Amino acid sequence: MASFSQGGGVLKKRSKTEGTRLKVGLGACGIAAGAMNVFEEARKTVEENDLPIRVERTGCIGMCHHEPLVEIEEKDGGRILLGEMTPEKIAPIIAQYMENGHIDPDNIVAGTDYITENDPFFSKQYRIVLSNCGTINPESIDEYRETGGYEGLARAIREIDPDEIIREVLDSGLRGRGGAGFPTGLKWKFTKQAAGSPKYVVCNADEGDPGAFMDRSTLEGDPHSVIEGMTIAAYAIGASDGYIYVRAEYPLAVSRLKTAIRQANEAGLLGEHILESDFSFDIRIKEGAGAFVCGEETALLASIEGERGLPRLRPPFPATKGLWGKPTNINNVETYASVSRIIQNGASWYSGFGTEKSKGTKVFALAGKIRKGGLIEVPMGITLKEIIYDIGGGIKEGKRFKAVQMGGPSGGCIPESLLDTTIDYDSVTKTGAIMGSGGMVVMDEETCMVEVARFFLEFTQNESCGKCTFCRIGTKRMLEILERITNGLGREDDIERLETLAQSVKSGSLCGLGQTAPNPVLTTLRYFRDEYEAHIKEKRCPAKQCRGLISYRILPEECVGCGVCLKNCPVDAIRGEKKQVHEIDPKKCIKCGICLDSCRFGAVEVR
Amino acid sequence: MTQSTEEFMLDDIIRGCPHSRDYLISILQAVQDRYGYLSRESIYRISDYLDLPESKIYGVATFYNQFRLKPPGKFQIHVCRGTACHVKGSAGILDTIGRELGIEVGGTSKDGLFSLDTVACLGACSIAPVITINGKFYGRLDNKKVQSLVKKLKRQGDGT
Ligand SMILES: Cc1cc2nc3c(=O)[nH]c(=O)nc-3n(C[C@H](O)[C@H](O)[C@H](O)COP(=O)(O)O)c2cc1C
Ligand code: FES
Repeated sequence: MASFSQGGGVLKKRSKTEGTRLKVGLGACGIAAGAMNVFEEARKTVEENDLPIRVERTGCIGMCHHEPLVEIEEKDGGRILLGEMTPEKIAPIIAQYMENGHIDPDNIVAGTDYITENDPFFSKQYRIVLSNCGTINPESIDEYRETGGYEGLARAIREIDPDEIIREVLDSGLRGRGGAGFPTGLKWKFTKQAAGSPKYVVCNADEGDPGAFMDRSTLEGDPHSVIEGMTIAAYAIGASDGYIYVRAEYPLAVSRLKTAIRQANEAGLLGEHILESDFSFDIRIKEGAGAFVCGEETALLASIEGERGLPRLRPPFPATKGLWGKPTNINNVETYASVSRIIQNGASWYSGFGTEKSKGTKVFALAGKIRKGGLIEVPMGITLKEIIYDIGGGIKEGKRFKAVQMGGPSGGCIPESLLDTTIDYDSVTKTGAIMGSGGMVVMDEETCMVEVARFFLEFTQNESCGKCTFCRIGTKRMLEILERITNGLGREDDIERLETLAQSVKSGSLCGLGQTAPNPVLTTLRYFRDEYEAHIKEKRCPAKQCRGLISYRILPEECVGCGVCLKNCPVDAIRGEKKQVHEIDPKKCIKCGICLDSCRFGAVEVR
Repeated sequence: MTQSTEEFMLDDIIRGCPHSRDYLISILQAVQDRYGYLSRESIYRISDYLDLPESKIYGVATFYNQFRLKPPGKFQIHVCRGTACHVKGSAGILDTIGRELGIEVGGTSKDGLFSLDTVACLGACSIAPVITINGKFYGRLDNKKVQSLVKKLKRQGDGT
């Protein structure tokens, strides 16, 4: 069996190298932080000086808090990661490195010979799905194959029969990574057994959770792993056509997928007679058009058919009646990427990670008020505390942790008292949140939990497709109550009313969108009821966020009378002579916060 | 009546797509990609091409957030309203931009210079709060920074 060359520790020495390479992280996060300019400057420097170093692109290595990231792969396979790169910094760094191999340690964030071993950001992670992300060039099929890519597919087609593949996926314990955690092997079995042809294999790359980017990073950083997983699935269940449904907001992922599909076709790994066998399989890309409900599998299928993305009642499940009424297997991006590794390395290898009922690893997008946000992959069974404090480095600016949101609009907020919860499907569900697809947004003392509940409800309300009444009207009524509370107009019985409505929406909705929409409200009511009560009874927002309940004031003892706030105030609510203490007129103030952001003396107070 | 070049191009785009009902969304995307929005004319021509009633096409186009039925501004501003950006104050950012430009979400300023939309997570959560202007990212914003940014764009737009 193939050796698993890239798994495990995040920054491993490469065994095979071709001279010095400089790799710029060009995932969407890197590009957003300005990595493209760094890439171009590095290219220019190398070309102009004719240096023996190759400048290449790679995906996201996960340390988004240090973007733009540049990796130097040394001649001996050693790897050095440079953070916060700029076009100005990169040229002298290259020049000095090529001259004497030295790099100023201030620029280094990690490396095989540096702090990696003891840095919990790396040591607590284990990379299976992300093993190639930020390591290989995602636009090179050769680099993917060097890491053992497509060996699983070859093994599947040449050595094992389809039923055995399904058994292997079952034995691996892999559960769907799109949120609900249904056993993947079982789903494949149902689709295989279902009558009807042709059969379809669909990849859900809609990534609807607004605050999550795991699937995007996988598609951008290692597109072949998803294509390989889909092809293995198609072979196992007897499908001839596949679709990848990608969010339209991910243009880079779409273009990398297109390249990868073309390369796989050319290499005989996709298309007619794959690896000279009788098996043929095609993959097409369909771009979503920005509708959260289209992440729900039946709505997604409707959208592929070119319709409005309205969900259908299940059963029948897509496994029996899916795309154009035919048996369809639908899995998430991370699920397919895991399959490639499982078939390559065997079920028992995979099930060696994780807990009794949740096997393997899970990718999370760690964001919000956390010091080291980014893309991480951890073995199931790790605790939330380890993720937030060891990997994430704790809360920004020394503030106090309040909650972590998991599962997006379908999930919930987990409080500090439950930070010992382990990451597995059942333990997370017990908290009232859900594992979800991997969004993890950290909140601190300055986040108002009632406002967070309102935010999610506003989202689901907007995205409700309107087909069923409970979801359409129920979420609207709940949103109105939450708006009232955050505006300081909450009524005594509002909490009770919210709870009743939440239960009705949960039980009366047609699809998962409505059934889970109340979760953010229910979990915040469960763990942060005091905040709701403060808003309603004391007309006070403890986090000082809700505009209806706060006021701005200039502290006379801090104000130096510089006049910056006065100049910037959009409604002329600030008065004061130069060098004299300024004052805010509460009647005019719209609480936009611009004075607070522009004062350099900390003289603006929110109460 | 002779067709203008614009109309030829529109037809080219539409007829370059597979002639099949399930490619309706892809066709709408291709047209919007070129023109920035879906004009009445384009809907009419797509209806003709796919032999589908216009109402059906409007039904699909209005269901999905991506499609615009009005032309976008010269500066297209997208404010991320994902969770990570939200906890870092994107609601205030959106308000500030709307107030400075005098437009609401989904709107275009009278002079056609600015349009304002929201998106859910741009995938750049580590530099939240984030906005994009014509696809270019601006991160780690606050109310003050975004106010200055918009003022600068307004001056650029005026040509001053
Ligand atoms: C409202 C709603 C939104 C969803 N969004 C997504 C999504 O963005 N990505 C995803 O993979 N699954 C999403 N799902 C789950 C899918 O319906 C489906 O369970 C999943 O694609 C199955 O793949 P898996 O078994 O590999 O997890 C969503 C479900 C609901 C109810
Ligand atoms: S939430 Fe704004 S970029 Fe992710």
